[in-house]
Order: sequence, then structure tokens, then C-alpha cells
Amino acid sequence: MGVFKLASCDGCQLTLLGCEDELLALAERVEIAHFPEASSRLDPHGTFDLVLVEGSVSAPFQRDELLSIRARAKKLVTIGACATSGGVQALRNGRDVKGFIASVYATPEYISTLDDSTPVSAHVPVDYELRGCPIDKRQLIEVLTALLVGRRPNIRDESVCMECKRQGNMCVLVTRDEPCLGPVTHAGCGALCPSFDRGCYGCFGPKEQAKTSALAARFQRDGMVPVELVRRFRGITAGAEAFKKEGERHE
Amino acid sequence: MSERTFSVDLMTRVEGEGRFSLTVRDGKVIDASLAIFEAPRFFEAFLQGRSTHDVCDIVARICGICPIAYQMSAARALESALGLRTTPEIEQVRRLIYCGEWIESHALHVFMLHAPDFLGYESAIEMARDHKPLVERGLRLKKWGNRLIEVIGGRPSHPVSPRVGGFSRAPSKAALLAIRDDLARGVEESIETARWAATLPMPDLSCDYVFAAITGTSDYPLEFGTHIAVSGRGEWPVEQWGDVMVERHVRHSNALQATLADGTPYLCGPQARLHHHRDKLNPVARQLADELSLPATVDNPYRSIVVRAVELTHAFAEALAIVDRYERPEQAYVEGAMRAGVGYGATEAPRGLLWHRYELSADGTVAKATIVPPTSQNQARIEADLVALGPSLIAMEHKAATVRAEQLIRSYDPCISCATHFLELEINREDVP
Repeated sequence: MGVFKLASCDGCQLTLLGCEDELLALAERVEIAHFPEASSRLDPHGTFDLVLVEGSVSAPFQRDELLSIRARAKKLVTIGACATSGGVQALRNGRDVKGFIASVYATPEYISTLDDSTPVSAHVPVDYELRGCPIDKRQLIEVLTALLVGRRPNIRDESVCMECKRQGNMCVLVTRDEPCLGPVTHAGCGALCPSFDRGCYGCFGPKEQAKTSALAARFQRDGMVPVELVRRFRGITAGAEAFKKEGERHE
Repeated sequence: MSERTFSVDLMTRVEGEGRFSLTVRDGKVIDASLAIFEAPRFFEAFLQGRSTHDVCDIVARICGICPIAYQMSAARALESALGLRTTPEIEQVRRLIYCGEWIESHALHVFMLHAPDFLGYESAIEMARDHKPLVERGLRLKKWGNRLIEVIGGRPSHPVSPRVGGFSRAPSKAALLAIRDDLARGVEESIETARWAATLPMPDLSCDYVFAAITGTSDYPLEFGTHIAVSGRGEWPVEQWGDVMVERHVRHSNALQATLADGTPYLCGPQARLHHHRDKLNPVARQLADELSLPATVDNPYRSIVVRAVELTHAFAEALAIVDRYERPEQAYVEGAMRAGVGYGATEAPRGLLWHRYELSADGTVAKATIVPPTSQNQARIEADLVALGPSLIAMEHKAATVRAEQLIRSYDPCISCATHFLELEINREDVP
């Protein structure tokens, strides 16, 4: 296995090191051949049965690196919101990044960056996408286990609402009119935000067939102004198609 | 003429992507650089136009290892801009969750990132083959820190409850009591950790540091300070820090470098905190420092592993004391009206001083954000220390010398992902070339 990083905060690969009870057992079953954050033993040009990619493609060298990694990986799994949707740094997409840099730096050629922050799937085929900012430890272990034994990961495509109901939470949207993206957001976090008395802010990105317009209409009915609607959908997973489109509708 | 270059193209066991190069000619260092090639993510640019209440969620994403530091410095700065005052009960919860982050981050660094250098392994996983109890202890301590963060904030990376004014929800006493025994064991096991760290063979190096840490309270600095103390120079209110230090854009780095206004590099982090505040350590940690004959001024950067271990004990002991006297706050957060203003906030991230400044518009949206992370501040100092180390590498075999240099940089627990996002993007049309 190899763990590679593009533009990111390191939080998702840290989730692997955060599997405190499972890490040593995992290392007995899987040869971790390249994981710079954890080991000085590197194999940057090797071939891999499985590659975990954290981070978005944000600079030209990362695009090249990704193509090279894909060519050497039997299976490639993206971990986290950056790798699956472009991440929080996709908030810069559509803005004049080159203009920013030229206006600040006397020597803009020191800085190499792409205009947009894009997910891994925009550049190479991806075998499995693990959502979340950060990813959930239990889901990571499920994916690694499934790949080890050669079955499909058992991760349901359902909304945060389903997890929230199973937790027995009172609905923050229905009972308190608290804006909550739970109905349109992919499950996996364990309905954390509603469990902590706040609305979901969508850090696992949109679920399949997310009815974002219906939810936006509900927010509007409760008095949310367009500029705030845009901000709600343009958050940690701003680059994900359903959220991006819904944000644009209210601009 | 003899010339040797020691370099590593991708540094390992650090957070983020960097390389270093050190060239020594005829016994003199002619070039030393720590280059940060981590791709910039432009946080300060896209914070503009966001609501006050978005900031804590967004800045957490600067760093997966120390998100709480970002949330806390941001909340402080925004509260000062809005004229909001939290309650002592809320501040206790802040210290508690921040202790969790110190524990998680320090345990990660001491055991997983730094210890393999001293014992001669490439990773903690490899080290576990010969030193399983040691690595298991590290994982246990880290887990207890993460557990503490989870109880208060839901998850270790990017916790969801911290917000401007406090927390969306404060933990129940029962939830904290459920992890009390772990914290008590953490005190004991971290003491053992410090005793072990003190026995490690330390490479020789003595640096003449200027230390910077927050100050202004009777406590060892963590989640709050009114001033920033700079050894040999004086103290300045947090609001003035932007005038005391200057930031430069250097060719080899995607992060700006900070120095004092006269160009002097300075150091923040565990050694700086210990220098300014050793007498304020929790009594259990202070006693430990005495037992280990750990002075206030530790001038050998390799020895920071001992300082970090003592701070681990401090964080566990503080957390335990807070849990024992904890009463759930009646109010988890305070609220106030939005208004235009400027606010500053500084807290002590595990790896050092983290300073934020925000300008808010009348409706509470962010007009300008400035974030100065610890690694940007330490970067110039790290390069100066590479220069100091250079001559001693000449007599060493090449690989060992390179490892020694990388170990030096690792001693500062650099967080390269953080430092990069500090790229300041300010639109000033007059400056367009």
C-alpha cells in the first residue's frame, strides 16, 4: 500500500495513524511501502496493490504526479473531501487566482498553482471514493478490510438524516428551524453536528440524487437571504457538483 | 576546496511537503534552506466575504493535526472584533479541548515522528517490531487525547462544536467522567514517557535562541494570553504582534518567513513556552521537570522531545483537574450583535504561537484575514540552526549526516501544511507591476 498526498491538511492520512487500536495489526497484514508522513522508508516510484490519495489537484506538479501514481496502482482509493471534490480550497475556483498572486508578489514566478482545485477523478479513474472532511475512521477500516478480502465496501449511500434518526436526535431543522444540510449530505460522520446541537454543514459532500433545491426552498421560507444560501452550499465541499450548482442558482 | 551538500527531496515524518538542502564548503556553510513546496491553498483569500460563523469551520481545515488551535485563535480574534466576552466556564471547556489537542499532537510527534530518529528506525511501525510496548504506549496516549477531543467536539480532526462565543454544545459531566481514568493513567504514563525521553542519546548542538510565547496570565500559556513575550526584547500586546515581526517572501518557499523587525529569527513552541513559563507548569509537570533537571532554557533543539513529553504531562494533569471540578456551563456560548471592527487572537498551538487578525464589515462578514502559523515563524530559525549544525556534519558519513540534519528539522515539529496556507493574498491594485 502507498499513501500519497496532494493539496490537503494531512487530516485524512492522520486518520490512518488515528486507528490506534488497529494500526499495528493492519501493518502485519499490509505492507505499507510508501507513507511519508509516517515513515522515512519511501518507494515513490514503486508499484502498488492499493494507493490511498489524499488532497486535491491544485498545482501543475500534482497533476503529473497523479498520472504517474495511477499508472502504478492496481487500485486507487481517494480519501476525503479534497480528493473527492476539490476540498475547501475549491472555494478559490472561479476567482482570479493569477491576478491575486501578481498583485501581491514582486516575483510571481515563485508561485506555481492551477486556477482551480479539482478532485482526483477529474484527472484519472478512481476505484473507490471515501468521503468526509475528514474521513471517518470506521469507514476507512471498512474499506481497507473489504479490499483485503476482495469484497465491495459496505458503505451505504444515504443521508445524514438516516444516521441522525438512528441516533435518536431531535431534528434541528424541524424543531428549531436551524439550517441543516443533513437531508442532502452523504452519511458517514455519525450525524455529528446535530448531535452537537448545530446544523450539518455538508463536509461529507452531497449524497446521490440530493434534492438541494427543495432544501434551499425550505431555508428561503425560513428567511435565509441569497448571499447566505450561497455560502451554505459553498463550503467545505464547494466543488461537488450538486452543491456547486445549487450555490450558483442563488448568486 | 572541498564542498559537500546534504539534502533530502521529500522530508518524512513531518506534516506536509518540504525539502531541505545544506551546502558546506571548506568547513563553512554557504547555503542552508528549508524549502516548502506544498501547494498553496489560499485560505486568507477565500475567507474574505464569509460570515463570522463560517470562520471556525473553515480555518480548522488549515491543519488536520492542530485544527483546534486554528479554531481557538480565530474565535478569540472574532470575539475581540465583536466585543464579545465569554464566561470562565466556557474558557474551561476551551482549555480542556485544547489539552486534548496538545496530547494528541505531542504523542504523535514524540512517539511516531521523533522517537524513530533516536532509536534508529524508519518509522514507529518498524520500531514496534523491537519496541512494541513503547509504540503501544504512544498509541494509547494519542488515543486518550483524541478521545478527550471527541467527547467535547465530536471528532479529533475538525471538531464540530467550537464556535465564536464558545461551543455549540458543552459536554456533560458524565461524559467527561467516563474518560477520567484514562486521563489519570495518561498523567502516569506521560511521566514515564518523559523519564524515557530524558535517557535518549542527544546529539550535541547549542543554539542562541530568541524565544517567543504568549503571556499575560498566571497560567502556563495555552488557550489565552494578552501579550507576546520575546526573550531579551520585552513584551507586546497581542494586537501589536503584526508590527513586531515582519514577513518575507523567499524564493525557495511557498510560505512566508517571519523574523523580528531587525531580521532576527525567533523560535516559538515547547522550548519557548518552557523558557518563559517553566514556573507556571502544572505542579505535577513542574516536579517532573525538576526530577529530570530540565532547565527553563533548553538550547539543544534535539532535546525538545523531553520538553514535549513534560508538556504532555502538563496537558494530562490540567485536563484531569478541569474534569474533576467541572460543572456543565449553563450557557455553552455567548452571542452578540454583528458590527464592524478589527480583532486579534493568539493561542499556543502544539508547535507554537498562532496569531490571527480579522477585519469585519458591519454585517459581520470577513473583510480581511491574516493568519501567522508557528511554522512560518520558526522557518527562519530552523535555517539558522542548519547553518549552526553544518560544520559538525563534515566529519560524518554522508547518510548519517543527512539523517542528522533531517532530525534537526523534525525536532521543531514543523507543520508544513499550515505554513503554506499563510500565503497572504491581498488585492492592492497600486502594486500591480
